Amino acid sequence: MKNLIKAFVFGLATVVSMSALASSGGVHLDHANNDLTDKESLKKGFQTYINYCLGCHQLQYQRYNRTFKDLGIEEADGVENYMYTGDKPGDHITNTMSKKEAAKWFGTAPPDLTLEARLRSPDWIYTYLRSFYMDSERPFGVNNKVFKDVGMPHVLQDLQGVSSIDEQGNVSPAMGGSLTTEEYDVVVRDLTNFLEYVGEPSKLERKSMGVNVLIFLFIFFIVAYLLKKEYWKDIH
Amino acid sequence: MLANFMAWIDKRLPVTDAWNKHLAQYPAPKNFNFWYFFGSLAMLVLVNQILTGVWLTMNYEPSGEGAFASVEYIMRDVDYGWLLRYMHSTGASAFFIVVYLHMMRGLMYGSYQKPRELLWIFGMLIFLVLMAEAFMGYLLPWGNMSYWGAQVIISLFGAIPIIGDDLTLWIRGDYVISGATLNRFFALHVIALPLVLVILVFLHILALHEVGSNNPEGIDIKKPKGSIKPEDQSKFKFHKQYTDKYDIVDAIPFHPYYSVKDIMGVAGFLILFCWVMFFAPEGGGYFMEAPNFEPANGLKTPEHIAPVWYFGPFYTILRIIPDKLLGAVGMFSAIIVLFLLPWFDRGVVKSIKYRSKLHLCNLIQFAISFIVLGVLGTLPASPTANLIGTIATFGYFGFFVALWFYSKNEKCKPVPERVSH
Repeated sequence: MKNLIKAFVFGLATVVSMSALASSGGVHLDHANNDLTDKESLKKGFQTYINYCLGCHQLQYQRYNRTFKDLGIEEADGVENYMYTGDKPGDHITNTMSKKEAAKWFGTAPPDLTLEARLRSPDWIYTYLRSFYMDSERPFGVNNKVFKDVGMPHVLQDLQGVSSIDEQGNVSPAMGGSLTTEEYDVVVRDLTNFLEYVGEPSKLERKSMGVNVLIFLFIFFIVAYLLKKEYWKDIH
Repeated sequence: MLANFMAWIDKRLPVTDAWNKHLAQYPAPKNFNFWYFFGSLAMLVLVNQILTGVWLTMNYEPSGEGAFASVEYIMRDVDYGWLLRYMHSTGASAFFIVVYLHMMRGLMYGSYQKPRELLWIFGMLIFLVLMAEAFMGYLLPWGNMSYWGAQVIISLFGAIPIIGDDLTLWIRGDYVISGATLNRFFALHVIALPLVLVILVFLHILALHEVGSNNPEGIDIKKPKGSIKPEDQSKFKFHKQYTDKYDIVDAIPFHPYYSVKDIMGVAGFLILFCWVMFFAPEGGGYFMEAPNFEPANGLKTPEHIAPVWYFGPFYTILRIIPDKLLGAVGMFSAIIVLFLLPWFDRGVVKSIKYRSKLHLCNLIQFAISFIVLGVLGTLPASPTANLIGTIATFGYFGFFVALWFYSKNEKCKPVPERVSH
């Protein structure tokens, strides 16, 4: 029986790991090690998103003021420093790019990224943004190890610089950016952290409520068990 | 005051009598074990699905343009909307876990055998409607897996000769899955099927109380009238509907004994349920599949279209048969044979405890085959998976065929007269 259970658990583990690999397209993903409680990191990620990503990628399901509230940004401060599009604080985080035009420029319209972290996983985003390399065959001169022949240019190139790839597929460290590799990784991690937050803004609340609910249920279970025992003591 | 009020009511509607007949004076065998929690838990999950469903409906928009965004609106802008949605989505998977275990209990203790055939059939109808309900509900978030999952399953009907194409058109209400499909699935998911489900559950319980509950020993607790000495009969007061016809032994009233026991079961279940719901609502990608976090897109097929895990066993049977029509026939047969189980089993001994080793082995191989089919259903197709799936499919159907042969003259252990507990 024990062996049976072991075999079952092993089988299950194989299934889970196989499906994990399948979702990354077989490419090894680095760990983002996100921390949703790190508000400074989230704010920096938000800032990076506004500066570099929002021009093309909307967060059409997320509102500015919700983001301000969750990240601990005063609304006046938020309007001043995070809103450049003339929207109201209660509006969704959108841009004015025409989908039709964008499809002409990039081959496909840039997707909305509100749920990107849930669709592809934070680790995927973290690895993807650090995996651009020079490829003269592509329209924007870059390709990506994680997302082959992606239509997107390397938007963070002035921060990271650009890597090249050799024939074995090894990517050399990026050169010519304004940040060191470590600094760039931090920027990308903050951005990934922010996208994980945007994917599910209630995640922290969910977990803290979960702890309280489970504590209650454990106590309730003990009471229910004792009640059952009391009622059943005469049943043989 | 309250007594007068109840007397007034009872003269007009037999509320007290119904309470006694079905709860306070319903004779339940005293030896229910762990496996007997899942019936009441299934009812709990049904109530959860209906209540959270009502509140989700208040903010959901059933249209191709608005559905996906309205789900995110629920997740972000509706107070505790995320909680309602996760209760509903986790509840869907929990429903199937609980129902599969409930069915397994029936198999182990022969709860489908005479005189409980109709009870079993009502249960199977519940299972069938539940699958339809879950399938239609899964389209409503309007994610890309919703779309393509529905696409694959509805196209199955196209394999039916002559009427196939017209039938799929009729089901979809359009030439492709579209807002029209979403709208009708919404109507069926929130009104038609839940109504049928509730009626079937009602009939399931009425049928149960008519024939009485089975138990892990498979020994009847209702004995012919006059066959048991009064001092050997159960000391509790049971409803006259039961005691007029039978002498009742080894039984206790459902309420309060099993009501308090079930409350304990509910607490234990909720610990596991809330654990998943609060800390892993995606269920590792099995309860909520990742491709469903992007909107339905008829031009973008997900890399690997996998049905939700609870359809896995039937999906695998469909997939390993190369011919589309035969595959669909195989898949539906897998459900039909379950309906016919009371007639495949020609034995008279109910519980696995007193049946042959052969039956035990057959049942274990059936359970393993079912799990293997389920796991394969969530994995991409490959030659190895096909081979294993074929073996497991034979295991699944083989259970019924073998049962029919050996159950007629099965060597069973002698069954005691009374529940020894």
